[in-house]
Amino acid sequence: MYLLAAEENNPLIPHPAEMVVGGFAFLLVLFFVGRLLVPRIQKTLQERTEAIEGGLKKAADAQEEAQQALKEYREQLAEARHEAARMRDEAREQGAQIKVELREEAQAEARRLVEAAHVQIEADRQQAFAQLRTEIGRLSTDLAARIVGESLEDEARQRRTVDRFLEELESSNTQAVR
Amino acid sequence: MSAAPLLAADEFQAPGLGLFDWPPLVEGAAWFNKPALLALVAALLVIVFVYAAFSRPKLVPRGVQNIGELAYEFTREQIARPFLGKDSDRWMPLLFSMFLFVWIMNLFGSIIFVQFPVMSRIGYPAVLAIGVWVLVMYLGIKHQGPIGFFKNVMFPPGLPGWIYVMVAPIELVSTFFLRHITHAIRLFATMMAGHLIIALFSEVGWHFLFVQLTPLGAPVGVLGVIMTILLTAFELFIQALQAYVFALLTAMFINDALRPAH
Repeated sequence: MYLLAAEENNPLIPHPAEMVVGGFAFLLVLFFVGRLLVPRIQKTLQERTEAIEGGLKKAADAQEEAQQALKEYREQLAEARHEAARMRDEAREQGAQIKVELREEAQAEARRLVEAAHVQIEADRQQAFAQLRTEIGRLSTDLAARIVGESLEDEARQRRTVDRFLEELESSNTQAVR
Repeated sequence: MSAAPLLAADEFQAPGLGLFDWPPLVEGAAWFNKPALLALVAALLVIVFVYAAFSRPKLVPRGVQNIGELAYEFTREQIARPFLGKDSDRWMPLLFSMFLFVWIMNLFGSIIFVQFPVMSRIGYPAVLAIGVWVLVMYLGIKHQGPIGFFKNVMFPPGLPGWIYVMVAPIELVSTFFLRHITHAIRLFATMMAGHLIIALFSEVGWHFLFVQLTPLGAPVGVLGVIMTILLTAFELFIQALQAYVFALLTAMFINDALRPAH
């Protein structure tokens, strides 16, 4: 009896009843947990992954778009700067040209004025010369008449005569200039 | 073992294998003892917990679902992934069920008033190991062919010819039988040993502090209580570790059956 009990209780020999109960219990778990519930959480985890990946992708797209816009703005800015530089250069060129033109015009005007002045001066000179010539002729005949007409004994008189002549000449000259 | 002679002797007697014998709970139903009841309760607990966590899973987890996902992701990353890699998801139903079921069965060893690790009865680990063995044989034959499966195991390529005389029988016995037997025995033995040793120190504490309190015996009793507490903490770790190892080995066996090893 005791021996039989010891044999039955050998802890390394599995009891069929235990195996049936254990197997049944585990199959229950396997059915409810493995078959029904694990697929649900797998689906949810998959959806979560997709949601996160979707979010990340959206963020990446937005980033890309922003980069694109930035690039466009930079290009536009560079173009505008280039345009401005070009216009500045053009304006400078035009300014320089205008300056040259103005200078040429001014020089031409100055030349014209100078020429006109020369012409005027020449005309005045000619006129003065003609006037002077007639005057000198008249004076010379006057002087000659006086010299010839009066005696020239006295040196003092002679000098007075010459002085008077010169005075008259001077006064007449100033009159003529006036 | 009965309680009467122990009390009568009034002498310390270490608990033995009698700890693992349970009478039927109901007259006439010999199979329905405490371990059997606990096995059913364990199955129920696992199902209820996982149902609470995953019955209506949310994209943004709340409450129990967080804990369930923690367990699920631990199983997937630490048990399935190392061996099965991309096939992990396909085998998660089995591995997750197995890990939780074995763990709860073990955990009963440290639950007050329950205090019996069901896996310390060889029948329970044995039936799981046999199930795994059947699955592995089926998968191996299906994926590698009836001859290829044995050939890949017994004649791993890249060895000098004569050594196969030794390798082939060792691999045959080891891969197809021994490792599946030790699969069950490892779990059974650690649970049984852990339960025995905690029972021993509890008995020391009980005997020297309550049954027979003496000035000399009291420190021994106190030591017994302290050791019981420490070993219970250690046992909690071992219970989880063994559940992990059991599921991990299952994953390894499945992987070996799906693809030729090496």
